[in-house]
Amino acid sequence: MKMTKECIQELAWKIRDDVLDMTYHAGVEGGHIGGAFSAAEILATLYGSELNVDSKKPIDSARDRFILSKGHISIAHYAVLKECGFLNQEDLDSFENNGSLFSTHEVESLKHGIEVTSGSLGYGLSIGIGVALSARKKNQSYRTFVLLGDGECNEGSVWEAAMAAAKYKLDNLIAIVDKNSQQLDGFTTEVMPICDIQQVFKGFGWSTIVINGHDIEAIQKAVRGKADGKPTVIIAETVKSKGLPTIEGKTGWHHARITEEQYMKFKQALEGTR
Amino acid sequence: MIEFSSQNIMQWSRMGMRKAYGVILNELANDYDNIISIAADVADSANLYDFAAQHSERHYNAGISEQNMVAMAAGLAKEGANVFVTSFAPFVSLRVYEVIRTLVCYMNLNVKMVALSSGFSLGVQGATHYALEDIAIMRAIPNLLVLSPADTTEMAKAMEFLARYDGSAYLRLTGLPGSAAVYKADYKYDVNCFDVIREGEDVGIFATGTLVNESVRAARLLTKHGISTGVVNLSTLNPVKPEEIANECSKYSLVLTTEEHNIVGGIGSIISEALSATSKHPRLIRMGTVDSNQIAGNYAYMMEKNGLTAKAIAEKVIQEFNE
Repeated sequence: MKMTKECIQELAWKIRDDVLDMTYHAGVEGGHIGGAFSAAEILATLYGSELNVDSKKPIDSARDRFILSKGHISIAHYAVLKECGFLNQEDLDSFENNGSLFSTHEVESLKHGIEVTSGSLGYGLSIGIGVALSARKKNQSYRTFVLLGDGECNEGSVWEAAMAAAKYKLDNLIAIVDKNSQQLDGFTTEVMPICDIQQVFKGFGWSTIVINGHDIEAIQKAVRGKADGKPTVIIAETVKSKGLPTIEGKTGWHHARITEEQYMKFKQALEGTR
Repeated sequence: MIEFSSQNIMQWSRMGMRKAYGVILNELANDYDNIISIAADVADSANLYDFAAQHSERHYNAGISEQNMVAMAAGLAKEGANVFVTSFAPFVSLRVYEVIRTLVCYMNLNVKMVALSSGFSLGVQGATHYALEDIAIMRAIPNLLVLSPADTTEMAKAMEFLARYDGSAYLRLTGLPGSAAVYKADYKYDVNCFDVIREGEDVGIFATGTLVNESVRAARLLTKHGISTGVVNLSTLNPVKPEEIANECSKYSLVLTTEEHNIVGGIGSIISEALSATSKHPRLIRMGTVDSNQIAGNYAYMMEKNGLTAKAIAEKVIQEFNE
């Protein structure tokens, strides 16, 4: 898909709108609004113009592989997959329903465009290494993208993977860290500070770039860059709950239930940003 | 093609399961293009240097990072490879349990976890390197085939099977270089059922891993005491067929289980679970390690201390049978 910047912007808006609907309809089960909203432009840009994926050929071996390592924002992934034809409205409506494939954390289903089961944090990068190594072995040109959270980088296994990706010089592997500076219990600086995440990756031998994670052109440019012989990490600085001015950047919205009143207000606020 | 000649069998036995693993995987890689080996800084321990040299493009050293190793294997398997990952037993089971459950088995991926030197095999290296809980946790995972061969020949046959098997498996290796051979070349390995090694009339012993040989020796000792003892090798530990197990047990008035593992969750539990569903069944005595921390010693010392020798098994049978 090669969407224009305006279409990608509209796609990001739709992701947020879908996420809001799904969270509201999930009732007491709620949804991970905060991180879904911070990653909306990242997902919209990847699916809108960067990933070589096609809902008509979901298991095409040449497709790019997108691995959602921060599996708790599956709600946003489902939304973008619906907008791109992998899922339908019925699928979204079944979100968090009993027996639905589309639970809070996503489950591998290639026909729906979901590459791996995720939700246990810290493993997406390692799986991505295996997938990227496979591409190299088979002389395939697809690229492997892994979306992580900055809170997720508390997990030691992320750094085991960081070492290995550099060792194997995987320049077909792109990690994106949705750095919204928060995790479940609050700000990352308070829960578990990682100092300068860019420097840490650099120290492990990665090519690094820091961008505004809500800037579509910046995301496109970063994703299109390639460092020969090195994996690339894009540190995407984002704002948690971006798009809903009354709660943007505030803690307490990592996972939330929303009342009817909040839902109406949020829908209205979102409409204003369209 | 693996050649099951008596010369090879003798050589594997001399090496023990851990070192024979590398030799056999190397052979299998000649026949199966999709085999990939990943080791967590144990290429030397698992004797994988020949594999690394002859199939360099199919061997990865993941360093001392078992979580990354198994998750990486999941990525490779997702793209069509049959990945054999290895480290010492506690590190490729306990340490990476969640990765195995969630990434490998929940996605039903073609990854084989090979547990080197399980049980007490690492002797004086101590409690950190023993694996006495791995059967218990591994057999609780759906979709995970759990295999515990009795000797290097059965291990080679199991690996031959795993090279063709499209799914997740845990291969538990026990014993030392020179541990006794139980099987000959003509052994018909069947992953779907247990193997009755020796028929008996009074007492039945279900054993796994190196305890199979000890149990056969115990059965021979018991002949002198007039107790006819059967021995069953239970090498497929998940899935099992409880009805067939209960049926086999019904031939005896007393059943024992012997294993280099905690009696909680291992084959003692497997047999117990199978019998508990039947209304009439023989008494069951479980031999293995009891729920206590182990203070290290060499392999023979640890086996003796935990009552896992032919002599101790025979004594237990005499004591319990005459009760």
